[in-house]
Amino acid sequence: MESIYWPSFFFLLFAGVACAFAVAVVLSANIVRMAFYLVMSLAATAGLFFLAGADFVAAMQILIYVGGTLVLLVFGVMLTSQERFVSMKTAQGEMLVAGLVGACLFALLVWAAVSVPEWRGLSRAEVEAIPIEPTSAPLGLGLLGPRVDGLDRSGYLLIFEIISVHLLVVLIGAAYLARAKRKSISIAD
Amino acid sequence: MAEFLSQYTWTWLAYTLAALVHIFLLLNLVAVGALLFIWLERKVSGRIQDRLGPTRVGGKFGWLQTLADGIKLLTKEDLMPEGADEFLFKLAPYVSFCASLSAFMAIPFAGGEYPFVALHLNMAVFFILAVLGLEVFGVILAGYSSASKWSLFGAMREAAQVVSYEVPLGMCAVVPVLLAGSMDLVYIGDRQAGDLRNWYIFHDPFTFITFWVYFTCATASVNRAPFDLAEAESELVAGFHTEYSGLRWSFFFMAEYGSMLAVSLLASILFLGGWHGPLPIGSWLGLTFENGFWWGFAGNVMGTLNILLKGVVGVTVMMWVRWTLPRLRIDQVITTCLKYCVPIAAVGFLGATLWQYWLPHKQFFGLMQVPRASYEVSELRPPANEVADDNRVAAVTTNGVPLGSRHLPME
Repeated sequence: MESIYWPSFFFLLFAGVACAFAVAVVLSANIVRMAFYLVMSLAATAGLFFLAGADFVAAMQILIYVGGTLVLLVFGVMLTSQERFVSMKTAQGEMLVAGLVGACLFALLVWAAVSVPEWRGLSRAEVEAIPIEPTSAPLGLGLLGPRVDGLDRSGYLLIFEIISVHLLVVLIGAAYLARAKRKSISIAD
Repeated sequence: MAEFLSQYTWTWLAYTLAALVHIFLLLNLVAVGALLFIWLERKVSGRIQDRLGPTRVGGKFGWLQTLADGIKLLTKEDLMPEGADEFLFKLAPYVSFCASLSAFMAIPFAGGEYPFVALHLNMAVFFILAVLGLEVFGVILAGYSSASKWSLFGAMREAAQVVSYEVPLGMCAVVPVLLAGSMDLVYIGDRQAGDLRNWYIFHDPFTFITFWVYFTCATASVNRAPFDLAEAESELVAGFHTEYSGLRWSFFFMAEYGSMLAVSLLASILFLGGWHGPLPIGSWLGLTFENGFWWGFAGNVMGTLNILLKGVVGVTVMMWVRWTLPRLRIDQVITTCLKYCVPIAAVGFLGATLWQYWLPHKQFFGLMQVPRASYEVSELRPPANEVADDNRVAAVTTNGVPLGSRHLPME
């Protein structure tokens, strides 16, 4: 048991779970089951982030992606459920085309990941020498102030603010569109 | 604990044993807590309605009533409607319960040098809010897979309610994070050490208001009356768990009482001083780690009792509210959230920010000065390895905390 490198074991475990449930999303025909498998797949991805020491991103993954799937599920049920447990079968041709596109993308990504020499990964001794550091304070500082990894570099304050204002505009727009409009229809109509 | 054990045995065995001990304790807390709270709920509701509540089973106060009910539930038939989606129907209670239990992983029960926490995360507040939001997933799965219109109605209401109440809940939880300057619950709790005047609820008028908004939103997000529209016995039979029976049904209740305790514990850490009592009795008695490990351990045990007591009081207040107020309608629930809780939370957040900016290092409604020692020297985050401070570059410690924001007085 001592010879097993446990981080690799957990990486394979989480990665395997994520991939298996991702395949299950594609193969399932029931929309709520699909959403459930998607949640499991995304949660396993959060596990991968935890394993990498990026705990803030992992919690973000749970809050946004897993929580967002919830809303997706609600709308899926509300908009599709004409009869109970509606089943959405895909045609054979669609499966073939989708499989082809998926395989092409997969091959491209694998080729890209392997071909970049900087992405080869570190040796085990190098990995174990990396200290574990808290991530939330450097992330917050990077967004609102200086970057911790390179002090001569500036942070992302401008981009952060632009995105914030953009989201605020979207929220106000959504509230404007969704508000109850006064009825202005006269009796003559 | 895993590091301690790995001195004596293999690393993998040490980690497994440590994980088993942690999960054993937390499971017991949730399960025994649920037993206690169901009994308490009956007694509280009885007293409020001028009854006695259970009196027979287990002696004078009927304290074995829940255990008897548990045995009854074990012997019940495990029913499932004919048209139900079997896989999801059977899975849903466990999803709810797992989400409720996982929140306890990151909740500390005592702080200081050796905090009592299963998983010491440096963004624990965020993690707990994220995980507690997943409990609704089990409810929606249950509502959908039951193949019953009552269940589906309950689940949809629950979804609308929880999604809207997460917004003010998060805004309220941010206020103590802002005051402490960290998302680490152990750190937030220890910043409120000392007596009751250091608690964040009494930090300024805005945090005082924010606490009550937090409590309202927490009650709504764990689905308790007057916000229990997902169950709504008078309208929807029993809402999302209409079709459940036996042990699966009781898993939903264990999840509900578990989340009630979780949000109460979170409230007590964020606002009510966590494991620090209203008076610093522990440090008067010398129960700190400076006097030796076992003294500090005794102090931590006392802190654990303290925070559990605060959590139980929080749950009791939720029960008191449940049996006092009538259930709201769904439009009133959403109005309460969007027209009252969100704006009040936003004002509280802004006010607390400005208060902290204009009156830094003040506590107890700005009347008291924080002793200089407590913000200059932080035991948990020593400002190590200062970086040369010139005009271009802000000084940052190695762990990424800017010097001059918290460790130095603002002048």
